[in-house]
Amino acid sequence: MTSFTESASGRITTQILDNGMAVLVQPMPWLRTAAFTLSLRAGVEDEPLEKSGLASMVCEMVQRGAGHHSSRDLVAAQDNLGMDRNSGASTATVSFGAAMPAESFDQALRLYADIVRRPHLPADQLGDARLMMMQELRAIEDEPTQRVMRRVRELHYGPRLGRGNQGTMDSLAALSSLDVQEFYRDHYHAGGSILTVAGRVDAKAVIEQIGEAFGDWKSNAVEAPPEPEGVATYEHLPADSSQTHIAFAFPNIPYGHPDYFAMRAGIGILSDGMSSRLFDRVREKRGLCYTVSASCHSLKNAGGVFGYAGTTPQRAQETLDVTLQEIQNLADDLEQSELDRWKVRIESSLIMEQESSSSRAGSLASDYFQLGRAMPTEELSRIIESLTLEQVRDYWRTHRPGQYRIVTLGPQPLTVPMETSATSR
Amino acid sequence: MPEFKHATLPSGLRIVAETDPRSYSMSLGYFVRAGSRNELDPQSGLSHFLEHMMFKGTARRSAEDVNRELDELGGQSNAYTTEEQTVYYATVLPKFQDRIVDLLTDMMTPTLDEQEFETERQVILEEIAKYEDQPPFGAFERAMEIHFSPRGLGRRVLGTSESIEAMTADRMRDYFHTRYRPENIVLAASGNVDFDGLVAMVQTATEGWSGRRAAESLVPDDPDQLPAGIELGNRLAIADAMQAYSIEIGNGPSSEGDERYAGRLLATILGDEGGSRFFWDLIDTGRAEVATCWPQEFSDCGAWFTYLVCSPGDLESNRRFLHDLVANVVRNGVTEEELQQTINKMTAGYIMQSERPSSRLFGLGNRYLMYGQYLSLDQTLEKIRAVDQAAISAVAKRYLAAEPTEIRAQMTSP
Repeated sequence: MTSFTESASGRITTQILDNGMAVLVQPMPWLRTAAFTLSLRAGVEDEPLEKSGLASMVCEMVQRGAGHHSSRDLVAAQDNLGMDRNSGASTATVSFGAAMPAESFDQALRLYADIVRRPHLPADQLGDARLMMMQELRAIEDEPTQRVMRRVRELHYGPRLGRGNQGTMDSLAALSSLDVQEFYRDHYHAGGSILTVAGRVDAKAVIEQIGEAFGDWKSNAVEAPPEPEGVATYEHLPADSSQTHIAFAFPNIPYGHPDYFAMRAGIGILSDGMSSRLFDRVREKRGLCYTVSASCHSLKNAGGVFGYAGTTPQRAQETLDVTLQEIQNLADDLEQSELDRWKVRIESSLIMEQESSSSRAGSLASDYFQLGRAMPTEELSRIIESLTLEQVRDYWRTHRPGQYRIVTLGPQPLTVPMETSATSR
Repeated sequence: MPEFKHATLPSGLRIVAETDPRSYSMSLGYFVRAGSRNELDPQSGLSHFLEHMMFKGTARRSAEDVNRELDELGGQSNAYTTEEQTVYYATVLPKFQDRIVDLLTDMMTPTLDEQEFETERQVILEEIAKYEDQPPFGAFERAMEIHFSPRGLGRRVLGTSESIEAMTADRMRDYFHTRYRPENIVLAASGNVDFDGLVAMVQTATEGWSGRRAAESLVPDDPDQLPAGIELGNRLAIADAMQAYSIEIGNGPSSEGDERYAGRLLATILGDEGGSRFFWDLIDTGRAEVATCWPQEFSDCGAWFTYLVCSPGDLESNRRFLHDLVANVVRNGVTEEELQQTINKMTAGYIMQSERPSSRLFGLGNRYLMYGQYLSLDQTLEKIRAVDQAAISAVAKRYLAAEPTEIRAQMTSP
């Protein structure tokens, strides 16, 4: 099945291979680079409950030798191809991506077919991979911002969907080579997978090449994601720190919901840019903190707004109060000029995305995952352009933020107004 | 192909651009020779504090206007301060060129309002507190202070809580008049830029800049006294830290000569985060969270940093691993194979970065401000490809043979 989405910024070809892999290609012939993102349904939500960290562990292990390449050969080949690469497990997927000079693309793709299809999973390297992940956990412990954000995410989505991808010291210690092999066998397959390509490539040739590399890969069924089970709550982590670190979250709709952009515009007005409400009213006018922000996050079946503020302990209560108040009052005095500024910001970033193959490949992948189709830049641009202030106001009036999950880290806990955490949507 | 253009205004202000009409965006930045190395003790943190105040209003615009208009132009704009310079920049769609030039240029003549100064002082104190909570808890600043002395290049960019609390708006005004003179400033632009339009507009808008004069003359620092809020011990005790943080500092190449390319390649071979010698021995094996090194280049000298983060119990054995790897490269150099691999990786990285005008801007402005020099992407690639094993060995012997100074941050022992 092949479909085309016409777009002035480049035709997007979508092809679904027989085994279920969705392939999306957008040529950007004005660039010197090409980039891809490959995501498989082998994320954190697929881990058995007690085996936290397994998805990340397998993501690490498949890269420790594959096909005819040892671990060191793989890195040497990637470096020689000039690949700027990344990989990681998120809630629903594990992703492998890279940007590179366009002439390296063919070989790079073959290398990644080896990595996900023919990994060695060397049992004698499991101990090293485990220690490596434990280092990451230790690093988070020393980074207060990461600690509070990780914890608030867990509270927001609940232990199943909200847990971090790094596991815990105990769960990592218990992971075995058999766990790695079983997770790999059950979850690394073409079913539900997405491979997006953007940059200086020929769509027809790339799709043929992908067919050769992945067309005969097996396909398993993909399970529906677990339901979110977060609850409104306040938690304080005592620490002898210079600042009090405040993380907050409240439920909201995910990308793909018909009202998403009306909601997203409100958060843009709240936090995108130096004239946004949080930056202007919490930092610029009151000098309460250096960092304060809020942003949207989407899973397939749940979403949320997450925010952070860091401030010295004696001013932490005021910072929390003012920040929450700005969020609660968002719908009351919205101005057209605020929405207009946000629109220009999004328009500019959409145009500038055409300067980067990797950000385009990433957007294609997340669009396809959330929406089930490609979203051409022009369509998104039209949606943004047609948004009215009334739509934004209506959304936020009928969906007042509530059910807050709040985490603080610092010398003293703060007072969290009960009506805030008890307000229902 | 990108084209280099430059002009010098009668005031001494220099304008440079690397134009490329195919770009979807344009970037613009004022590069000012005003960094912490230009400060005296009573001015500590002033370059950076001033950077914040430049967003706080002009004769024609309130602080709100500045932030609002920057957002109206939809791009990415910000500023940063280093030991040697302060940079104000923005990336916007080409249709907004005149408006962003007008706005950024106007911002370069700030009112420095007293009320705004007091509010912003609090933000700076919060910024200092924020970094105190982040690994490695001030250990990089300490390394610079010990290596260079707490003045000059060793002066903290943010200043200290003590110096910021003591700062006055008058002193800031004076510093501004001393440093923000046209001959200390380069305006750089990259991407889809109308260069002639840019020069014409800036010439008119900056006519008043030549009259900037300082009133206050400060006494030289007393080298026998430490600046307020500065300590020089090489051990930092951090409550509750899980990891130990070890920083070694020695000399390194400056940003001026060709030696810097060999320095960067050597650092990549030794300490890059994926596939370097440190990586295979210490990261891939899970012995350390971080094991890396890099040259920190300044205009007239350089430092070489080695950074190790791991569990406190493994610190000594990991340091021995690192020292053996460094001693080995000093003695035996690198192989042709790993050099070529690293050259391939680095040149691809430069090519990929160059696709965005915003990434070209910083090299362009910085190099012209410091040396009045322009380097095209192809010239840079040529220099990297020309590095051979002998050049790497020479850099390793010159900078890595000497014993570096170690600074360590870890939990207080009970």
